[in-house]
Amino acid sequence: MFDGYTSSELTAIFAMQGFAGLSLFSVYVLMALGLAIIFGQMGVINMAHGEFMILGAYVTYLVSILFAEYMPALFGIYFFIAMILAFIASGLLGMFVEWAMIRHLYKRPLDTLLATWGLSLILQQIYRSTFGAREVGVSIPDWMMGSIAVTDLVEIPINGLFVMAVTIIIATSVGVMMYRSLWGRQVRAVVQNRTMAGAVGIDTGRTDRLTFGIGCGIAGVAGSAFTMIGSTGPTAGQLYIVDTFLVVVFGGAASLLGTIASAFTISQTQSILEFFISGSMAKVLTLLTVVGILMLRPQGLFSLKLRK
Amino acid sequence: MSDVSTPDPRQSRLFTASELLGYLVLAAVIFIVLPSVLDAFRLNLFGKYLSYAFVAIGLVLCWGVGGILSLGQGVFFGLGGYCMAMFLKLEASTPENTSIQSTPGIPDFMDWNQLTELPWWWVPFNSLTFTVVAIVVVPVILAFIIGFAMFTRRVGGVYFAIITQAIAAIATILIIGQQGFTGGVNGITDLRTLMGWDIRPDSAKTALYFVNGVLLFAVLFVAHMILKSKAGRLMIAIRDREDRVRFSGYNVANFKIFVFCAGAAFAAIGGAMFTLQVGFISPTLVGIVPSIYMVIFCAVGGRLSLLGAVYGALLVNWAQTTFSESFPELWLLAMGALFIAVVMAFPLGLAGLYDDYLKRHIDRLLAPVDRMMMRRAARKTSPKAPAPTAQAAE
Repeated sequence: MFDGYTSSELTAIFAMQGFAGLSLFSVYVLMALGLAIIFGQMGVINMAHGEFMILGAYVTYLVSILFAEYMPALFGIYFFIAMILAFIASGLLGMFVEWAMIRHLYKRPLDTLLATWGLSLILQQIYRSTFGAREVGVSIPDWMMGSIAVTDLVEIPINGLFVMAVTIIIATSVGVMMYRSLWGRQVRAVVQNRTMAGAVGIDTGRTDRLTFGIGCGIAGVAGSAFTMIGSTGPTAGQLYIVDTFLVVVFGGAASLLGTIASAFTISQTQSILEFFISGSMAKVLTLLTVVGILMLRPQGLFSLKLRK
Repeated sequence: MSDVSTPDPRQSRLFTASELLGYLVLAAVIFIVLPSVLDAFRLNLFGKYLSYAFVAIGLVLCWGVGGILSLGQGVFFGLGGYCMAMFLKLEASTPENTSIQSTPGIPDFMDWNQLTELPWWWVPFNSLTFTVVAIVVVPVILAFIIGFAMFTRRVGGVYFAIITQAIAAIATILIIGQQGFTGGVNGITDLRTLMGWDIRPDSAKTALYFVNGVLLFAVLFVAHMILKSKAGRLMIAIRDREDRVRFSGYNVANFKIFVFCAGAAFAAIGGAMFTLQVGFISPTLVGIVPSIYMVIFCAVGGRLSLLGAVYGALLVNWAQTTFSESFPELWLLAMGALFIAVVMAFPLGLAGLYDDYLKRHIDRLLAPVDRMMMRRAARKTSPKAPAPTAQAAE
């Protein structure tokens, strides 16, 4: 498959595809971080996660229109405000869903899966009725356009770089929140032993709601970042949900580091393979490898010691 | 009932009176009511719904009784359907029928994709015997591999659901990507005859509907036997307390693999009947979305009830056809609400409602029949034992 390429061309291909893979990696990480919090920490399967992401994307779309209409001078920075609003919108919706639905189902994880799938159908239809079935794209501010030429053959798009920077910031702050903040400590305590956590005075119900909300909020930010590299449709979230779940499981459900590592592995494999064989076969090969590895090593790459 | 060591005679008997009545009612609905009420077109639609019922029955075994939620049943359904379709397609692609192709005698989509000879794995599907065997065996082998790899490593619950879902995604992408071999996104279409018998006219479709009904009852019977067997009761024990069953010395994984394979076989039979009745198979029946819909048929009917699963498949599909014809937008909302309602409000589905409100009365009506059946059964098995009294039947 490497026939007919010189070594410098190969290096350039790997660099370019590797960078394209990094964009995919960013989307995976942002989506998977939210899932890893919800699934890894709470054991809840949220099939509507993709729809929370799309909500963030639509919020970004609305904000961009608003800025273009009323505050064109500030258009360059609308994205930062959109991201915050996306976080709040998705987070609030998440907290509401947790209160109305999820908290009744903690003892039945498989049922949560079906209920959230139903939720995703409803949200998709609402998006379709509100924004139309066609995909919408946002206009990117000027400073994010274009690309940096590293060498003659390798060019790196700026919006991709920006998304990656956002990813790094979000991932770091999630890590800090999880392992340094009071909330993180409470979440981990509730995960380890719900009864004891309640006994020492942690409001487990509130912790759950906050955790779910933050997980969904991060999905919203993911959607916001997603608008920079792709367009948004009502069913776009569905495309990523299976991949993201695989990313989380492959990384070892409760490990944030594992999630990032597996997102990197999967996105890079897929992206580099895509250049040499057809896109669909690259995806099949990647997913098959992941499923195969998971069959041999079900606990994923990085696993915490958990009693099942 | 004070003596724990003697099993409840109602448990050990193959059918209780109310179960028998349930099957008779279903038989009446499928073989008498629907054919006499519906025209040929609608009857064919219901035949299609009934082919989903096979999957739902398998899901009752795997999910309701065994606690294994597979989100990849569409793969097995599709494998059965594709096996059938490959046979039919080869029969339809005689050199005379395909003389305008650059390579006559191979299926049309292969010709469009510049294939010049039949791939080797298509060749055995010239034989009907091989096809019939393959319809069941191929999905069972796949289910065995998945089940063996997962259950012996004690993977279950949500992990199993996610992995089977990923397998469904892989299967769809693979089928769409390998257009030359599988017909791609259109699937395998334009199927004409089965051993020279044209399957397209209404009369043939009606006949196939009845064949489908008979097969459905055969599958129901097998599933019923599994539930009533020791394996069936062990599956319930495994679902509720896996550790205790394991500590009692049973190999839990083997039972799970068995029930998963049985579910796969049922789904595959349904898939084959789908292809025969509808006349095509495509990747839209394989992927994640159809697989989850199949779970919801089972959930709506009642995840613990074989009969409920059949009614669930009929009802949800009928509602989908009716509503999506007139209110396509409302339908998705209704479907989403149905998912949530069935999980939150009535987790045991229609069968659960029946058990709560109707079963008591029907059981009271049937009590004399039950007693009679039990007396006869007791006489048959041990002539010396006294017939159980009415008290024991309570």
